[in-house]
Amino acid sequence: MLLITCPWCGPRDEVEFHYGGQAGVGYPADPDALDDAAWADYLFFRDNPKGPFAERWVHTAGCRRWFDVVRDTVTHQFLGTAAAPADASPVGGEGPTPRQKGAHLR
Amino acid sequence: MPQPAQHPDHLWRNPDPKRAYDVVIIGGGGHGLATAYYLAKNHGITNVAILERGWLAGGNMARNTTIIRSNYLWDESTAIYEHSLKLWEGLAEELDYDILFSQRGVMNLTHNLSDVREAKRRVSANRLNGIDAEWLDPDDVKRLCPIIDVSSSPRYPVLGAAYQPRAGIAKHDHVAWAFARGADTLGVDLIQGCEVRGIDVVDGRVRGVQTSRGPIAAGAVAIVAAGHASIVAGMAGVRLPLQSHPLQALVSDLLEPIHPTVVMSNTVHVYVSQAHKGELVMGAGVDAYNSYAQRGSFHIIERQMAAALELFPIFAGAHVVRTWGGIVDIAPDASPIIGLTPVYGLFVNCGWGTGGFKATPAAGWVLASTIAAGAQDPLARPYALSRFTAGALIDEHGAAGVAH
Repeated sequence: MLLITCPWCGPRDEVEFHYGGQAGVGYPADPDALDDAAWADYLFFRDNPKGPFAERWVHTAGCRRWFDVVRDTVTHQFLGTAAAPADASPVGGEGPTPRQKGAHLR
Repeated sequence: MPQPAQHPDHLWRNPDPKRAYDVVIIGGGGHGLATAYYLAKNHGITNVAILERGWLAGGNMARNTTIIRSNYLWDESTAIYEHSLKLWEGLAEELDYDILFSQRGVMNLTHNLSDVREAKRRVSANRLNGIDAEWLDPDDVKRLCPIIDVSSSPRYPVLGAAYQPRAGIAKHDHVAWAFARGADTLGVDLIQGCEVRGIDVVDGRVRGVQTSRGPIAAGAVAIVAAGHASIVAGMAGVRLPLQSHPLQALVSDLLEPIHPTVVMSNTVHVYVSQAHKGELVMGAGVDAYNSYAQRGSFHIIERQMAAALELFPIFAGAHVVRTWGGIVDIAPDASPIIGLTPVYGLFVNCGWGTGGFKATPAAGWVLASTIAAGAQDPLARPYALSRFTAGALIDEHGAAGVAH
């Protein structure tokens, strides 16, 4: 089982979380402008690297907040927090400031 | 004292790679071996090499739970899986090797009204497609598999099951060996310990591969690399809509014959059969996260055991002997991707996700035909990579939803 460090709640068991796949996939700014190939790329194609992968998790059984991490898909080791994409800010503003922000990186 | 039957010293040669082949198949698992066999057998294309990074059939072919069935929902799916089941029915004879194919039936249990409706719909769809599907009431379930608890006491009681009598299991290693021997006999080079590190593409056309044993030229290259399909296709600049996940399975200690069929449950998420040797073979769902580690998280095993014990109280006396994981490549519609790619001469067979073993003969058959013709085999036409752009998905999350 993975031990996942929620930026707000600290290290918790994997069963408290849900997986969200690749991080940083933003909704297309102008969907109508996309052709079929570009729309398919947004809808169905995600990176699938062997090694470091920027991915999303949600702390379903805790604070229910989403966050991004970089995890190695071979060793399962968490390597740190990914840069949050500009369009991934939570609905309704910044939300609460993470307690001990960045503590999970140390 | 009687002597055991003589087994040959080897079933295939171990040749060094030649400098060039008509067709190079990347991946020596069940699907790669079947592809090579049918290329030679059905199409007379014998200047073929299988390049395998490790050893033959050491990936998912050695890690699956060997369930074979064809009771999928959509026409496209039943067409290819039923073709596969028909090939299975003649495979031991075709390959002259005992693959221990046992048509003991597969039961898909239902535990709530939505399950029941979905299962009955699938039974009807299957029957319209000529598949031997039946609906079983709980009493029929109990009659076919007496060790299942069909009382109202489990948290998710058994309300009935969809059943396919012609479904069953086979011995995975024997299947691989039989295809390997068959391909080798027809002239295919099976090259183990040969890692592909690059795919040469010139002017949009495949020219060969770079390997740990030097460059090998090829007129056509087929990627049959299961969980690593994304990585290998990436070497040719081809992006696939796949995500690789761990899928775990386990076996118990050896038991007397107690389990006469194969039981699967989407809802409580476990599937169980008893191998010929006597061990219970069980699997569960995939781990949620992307991984290439060939192992998963223990809570998956724990939940799977809880589900198995509710369904089969008698299993309380069994022990888990071994657990393991394989890496499965899952497409957004839980259906495979077969055939041409944007690179001329480069073919893929991937996305079989959690249920590729049952398709081994058909996947090889249709990929061989596609390579030979340079165009999608009729059975593979709906499974082209282009379906994700066209939007013609083949949504089999219901029939493939439980890993198997």
